[in-house]
This record gives sequence, C-alpha cells and structure tokens, in this order.
Amino acid sequence: MSIRTPSADRTVTGAAPGGTRPRRPVGRTRRFGTWALSRIWLIAGLGVLWQLSARAADNPYFPPPSEIFPLVRDLWFSGPAGHLFLTEKAIDDFTPSLAHIFAGWIGASLAGIVVGVALGRSRTATEFLDPLLQFGRAIPPPTLIPFFIIVFHIADSMYIAVIIFGVIWPVLLNTIDGARTVDSVQLDTAKVFGVSGWLRLWQVILPAAAPKIFAGLRVSLSLALILMVISELVGSTAGIGDHLVNAQRGFQLPEMWAGIVLLGILGLLFNGAFVLVERRVLAWHRGALRHEG
Amino acid sequence: MTQARAVRGAIGVAGAIAIIELVSRAGLIDETALPPASTVLTRAVGQLGDADFLKSVGSTLQAWAGGLLLAIAIAVPLGLALGSIRWLGTASRVVVEFLRPIPSVALIPLAIVVFASTTNVKISLIVYAATWPILINTLYALRDVDPLAKDTLRSFGFGRLSVLWRVTVPSAAPFVTTGVRISASIGLVVVISAELFAGGGGLGTYLSETQSGGGRTDLLLAGALWAGLIGLVINTALVWAERKAFRWHAERTEATT
Repeated sequence: MSIRTPSADRTVTGAAPGGTRPRRPVGRTRRFGTWALSRIWLIAGLGVLWQLSARAADNPYFPPPSEIFPLVRDLWFSGPAGHLFLTEKAIDDFTPSLAHIFAGWIGASLAGIVVGVALGRSRTATEFLDPLLQFGRAIPPPTLIPFFIIVFHIADSMYIAVIIFGVIWPVLLNTIDGARTVDSVQLDTAKVFGVSGWLRLWQVILPAAAPKIFAGLRVSLSLALILMVISELVGSTAGIGDHLVNAQRGFQLPEMWAGIVLLGILGLLFNGAFVLVERRVLAWHRGALRHEG
Repeated sequence: MTQARAVRGAIGVAGAIAIIELVSRAGLIDETALPPASTVLTRAVGQLGDADFLKSVGSTLQAWAGGLLLAIAIAVPLGLALGSIRWLGTASRVVVEFLRPIPSVALIPLAIVVFASTTNVKISLIVYAATWPILINTLYALRDVDPLAKDTLRSFGFGRLSVLWRVTVPSAAPFVTTGVRISASIGLVVVISAELFAGGGGLGTYLSETQSGGGRTDLLLAGALWAGLIGLVINTALVWAERKAFRWHAERTEATT
C-alpha cells in the first residue's frame, strides 16, 4: 500500500482520511473468502472422497463422478447454442416433466390460496370441512396414482392431477391458518377507514398471511418434484422419470446416475429460485421482524 | 364449543360422502372409475377381514417403522456430533442443504438395481429420505441453543458433556421431534412409491394390483381410505406426543409470540 504514489491514491479515494479506505476492500474479500471457505470445505472434501472411493472400488454400480457429470453434459447440455445448448433428448425429457410440475404446482397453489383465504375468513366453514382437509392431507399422495391412471389414463392430465392432489394440502392448510390469524385491529381499522372488501383482501389479509402461505408453497414445491418423478416412473411414457426407467431396464448405471444428478440439480435450482423470490416478496416482513426484535 | 365443532365436522364428512354417492349414482362420472361411497365404505370394512390386505399393510408399516427408527438412530447422534462443533456444524449445514433437494424417489430405480431384496430397497429409501429432515432440524436446533444458558452452566463448572445433556439436548429436543414427524410422513410417501413401482408386497403393491384385474376402483379407493386413516393416526399420535412431552416448550413459545 505504501508503494502507491499519493496522486494515485487520491484518484481512488478522493478526500478519504489517511488511506484507511483502500484497505477495506481487501479485508472484505478476505473475510468473504474465509466465510465461503468455512462453508464449502466439507462439501468439496466429500466430492473428492466420492471420486477417490468410486475410483478405488471400481464397482460398476457406483461410477465415479468424473464419469457421471460429463455424461450429464453429453446427454442433455451439449446441444447447439441456438437451443440454449440443450440436446434433442433434453427437450424431449424436460418439456413434459417441467410442464407437469409447473401446471400442477401453480394450479394447486392458486386453488389452495383462493380456497384457503375464503375458508380462513369463515370459522364455521372451516369447522365443517376440517376433518376432510386433515384426512386429505394424511393420504400419502402416491396411493392415488393407480386411481388417477384409471380416471385420466396415461396422459398429461393424469400427471398434473397427481401433483395437484398431492401438493394442494400444505398451501391450503397454511393459507387457512395465515388468513385466520390476521390482526383484527388492522382489519377493523381498514374497515373504519372505508377500505373496500377487495382492497382489504389485497392490502391487509394477503400480506398478513403471506409468510405462512410461502412456507406452504415451499413444502409443496419439493413435494411436487417427488410426485413428478414417481408419477413418471409409474406412468413411464415421457419425461425424466422415463429416462430413469429406461436406464434401469437397460441396466445402464452411468445413465441412471446421470438422471439422479440431473434431478438433484433441478431440485437445487427450484429451491434456490424459490428462496430468492421469497426474500424479495417477504422483504418487508423480515424488516418488520427485525424492528420488533 | 368443541362439541359444536365435532358436530359440524361430522356433518361435513357426511355431506362429502353423500355428494360422492350422488355423483356416482347419477352417472356424472363413470361408475367403474368412481364407485358410490357406500360401496367403497363396505369394501373398506370387508378389507379388515382380508388376510391378503392386512399382510400388505403390515409389511408396509414394518418397513416404514424400521426405516424411520434407523433414520433416527443415524440422524440424531450425527446431528448432535456435527452441530456441537461449531466449524463442523456450519459446513455440514451446507452439505445437507445441498443434498436435501434431491428427490428421494429418483433413487428408487437405483435401489432396485443395487439391492436384490425388496425389503432392503424399501428400508434403504426410507432411511435416505427420512434422515434429512431430522438431521437438518437437529443441526439448526443446536445452532439456536441459548448461548447464555450454556455459558452459565459452564461457568458453574459443568463439563462439556454435562452442558450438552442439561442444556443443548432439552432445548433441541422439540425441534428434533418436529423433524421426526416430517420424516414420518415423507417415509410413508416413499415406501408406498417404492411398492407401487418395484412391487414385492405392501400396500402400494396391493393398490396397483387392484387395477390389473380389470380395474377394481372400489378396492383401490377403500385401500386409499385406509392409507389416509393410517397417515392421520400416525400424525395425530406424533403431534399429541410432542405436545405432551414438550408442554413447557409450547407454553414458552406461545408466551413469547
């Protein structure tokens, strides 16, 4: 730092006192470095251990990651740039899977929030329906896959119905809970000031219920991924699940591992994207909590 | 108050049964796809005398309980060990957050290829799926243990293990049990999925077999009814046990909010 000429220093820091500022970024980078390193070393070490032990074991059932990850790229991500590097197979596999999961999850979310807010504002209606809702949530969703296959046959509607039925419960029950516990003073205040019903819903009830709704949405998203996979395994006509089935029948272990890794990446991406959106939408909520605490 | 609630709930259930009955009898939905509710209920009662069905349910529950117990036996000590060492706890939370989103059912085909016996397939999948929620709840619970309480005991001369046993374990226990409850329902999902896909006995296999012989939806729905009731009983029992064991915890959190 002392080697720098004063003039160069001035151009960077302006009128900053005594050269403390230029040093700060260095400290911050170093602090970020230790912060990241203290979190990442274990997962990196486990990755290396996986590679080394798979190499040493040389077991066809457990191919090393150095074989799996390039295969993931070759199978799905080595297409032309015009197709976002997706291969034909990627488009064939991803389109049905993603269409099923998003149609199912978004459909269940909308239905769950609408019905949930309505029920949450009416104690009597909730009491009539409570045992049914508890029972619906308790049915393990894959149980009904054979039923949905009979009703819808093996078609897109079957996959979507399985996902909707399976993931609506966390959204619905959390929304009911969130809408029921809206601060009554807030609601009364809004009423006294003549805020109309729809505006009250939009400005008071939904924001107050939002943290609980988001908790439900998050649970249902990871459940939707599970149901997407299992319905494609059982239905096995399309999607990433079908890739897994084919790999299993053909005894192609590296292809199977590649499918598992792909689904893991999808799960991570969904989770990460969801957390980002949640942080953005609920930023005010965390702020409010911080002020209280 | 609670009596009125129970009556309303019963009316709701009766209403739903009546609607399904009417929809089916009126032919709005094909009767082979949606049999009348009365038929399904009769079949459900009949299944209690069906040795085949009872054996299937028994096999599912056995695999579920075994897998869940194994997961608890792995995840709780592992979480306690990793979580009580600060630098290890931070890094292992990252590992868990990384591995948890992998959908457990994606491993079903792999488990089938690796394990010859379907019981091992089921148990290994349940253990895998059920370990994460317990482990992650244990890790985060240990991070949030009141440092003041730990320091107080330490300054009174209590040893490391003693602090772990007197402060850390009791304050983490409610969160760990919540993890167990989440794992219990995920375990049920995974075991039935595995049975549907891999066969080899159990409720999932029973359900998929009902549709192979010309599609007996009445038996299928009756089986699903029992699956729902089993899920309900398990969940209610765990919630009840949690409240009973950690009444002090519930009171404390209610008081602060």
